[in-house]
Amino acid sequence: MKPFAYERPVDVSSAVTTVAGRPEASFLAGGTNLVDLMKMEVLTPELLVDVRHLVSRRIETLTGGGLRIGAGVSNNELAADRRIRRRYPVLSQALLAGASYQLRNLATVGGNFLQRTRCPYFRDVTMPCNKREPGTGCAARDGHQRDLAVLGASDSCVATHPSDMAVAMAALDAVVHTVGPSGERSIQVNELYRSPADGPERDTVLERGELITAVELPASPVAATSRYRKVRDRASYAFALVSVAAALEVRDGSVTEVRLALGGVAHKPWRAATAERALLGRPATEANFRAAAEAELAAAQALAGNAFKVPLARNTIVSMLRTLTEEA
Amino acid sequence: MEQKITLRVDGKERTLTIDARTTLLDALRERLGVTSPKKGCDHGQCGACTVMLDGRRVTSCLVLAVANDGAEVVTAAGLAHGDDLHPVQRSFIAEDAFQCGYCTPGQIVSAVAMLREAEEGWPSVVSEDLDADRVVLDREEIAERMSGNLCRCAAYVNIVSAIEKVARS
Repeated sequence: MKPFAYERPVDVSSAVTTVAGRPEASFLAGGTNLVDLMKMEVLTPELLVDVRHLVSRRIETLTGGGLRIGAGVSNNELAADRRIRRRYPVLSQALLAGASYQLRNLATVGGNFLQRTRCPYFRDVTMPCNKREPGTGCAARDGHQRDLAVLGASDSCVATHPSDMAVAMAALDAVVHTVGPSGERSIQVNELYRSPADGPERDTVLERGELITAVELPASPVAATSRYRKVRDRASYAFALVSVAAALEVRDGSVTEVRLALGGVAHKPWRAATAERALLGRPATEANFRAAAEAELAAAQALAGNAFKVPLARNTIVSMLRTLTEEA
Repeated sequence: MEQKITLRVDGKERTLTIDARTTLLDALRERLGVTSPKKGCDHGQCGACTVMLDGRRVTSCLVLAVANDGAEVVTAAGLAHGDDLHPVQRSFIAEDAFQCGYCTPGQIVSAVAMLREAEEGWPSVVSEDLDADRVVLDREEIAERMSGNLCRCAAYVNIVSAIEKVARS
């Protein structure tokens, strides 16, 4: 690890001012990803600004039925919260499908959104990587392709976003609240991530020094019938090859509400809006589920080593919708 | 950059001056001589370094010591009362739940913390009823909840048995 300084500011605004003014500074929260990347010298901040004690660790019920989750809530605390388990089971399951209990006790909700890709070439400083070092090229495209993206990738980057939590948050239309050098703002999770076509080195639309302080889950009756399914190379403690977050409401045999997002297939949690449109108002049949999944995946661009993800995503969507129809 | 911190380790207050780069694992092992947490992967993937930090199990190799001034740390060495071993430690011996023993302190701390989490009703991804009041720790639940602790000798069958025995008693 390169030497760095550590600061513990007294409030959010001084933390934001410090990081905004120093390009070599970085926020520190749970540290599960950042400290790891610093050990490998993939990231080499000269100053860590600790924010874990500054952001809320509470989950508040909002008037209207939504929840406001402090960015400092740990992944395990969020997964275990009774309101999340009852009203947004997809989120609880997604959290529990990620990492291990030890890591989830450290990892925060805010930090989970900002995890860097687990693309092995990003994590290997001896390899070219446009995300780590802009302009050096992409070693992944002609390398080990199993974990790479099939949707939304660019010539310069085919990395996937590793979060499970963010996939559920995308399906639930969650909103991230931030404080930055130019004040407070709210960003839809579905608007948080940037396309790798315009500079893969920046994962999100957040400005330098902009800090996630909370996440808001809107009230969502359909979320009571929701689930997360993760397909991976071993039964536990592995990143997703493909994952599906879904919520479904069926009345008189037809889909009246649906939320669908995919993980492991793109640079961001992939909200499957095309599939949602194809499902809405139509009979909840296996044939329609399959057609909707295929419509979403029509834009997929696979490489030889990750082509399996396209039928895998299709089949996982179909089986998930079938399960939810039986429960609905 | 050196900073002074105080940790409460296995019930004893310890003050030390550390470089900001020092992980909790290195502070424990290299500076304080507390060697029960082991360095396996040093990347949060194997669980050999598991300790309880303010009551929750964590991988101490990914924790910066400087960010945890004043914290309470419990390692496997702090679980026993003198010669009176913790029930999980006794069960690991009775069930022959290890081979080389390198991952064992991490497994044991993890298991003790896991039993508490289950007591608090925390769910797992294999829990059939996500909202159940009471967690029933069958073998599948134990395996899932212990998946952050790897054992390269693959003593898993007996590790699960050792924990199952304590969970049932």
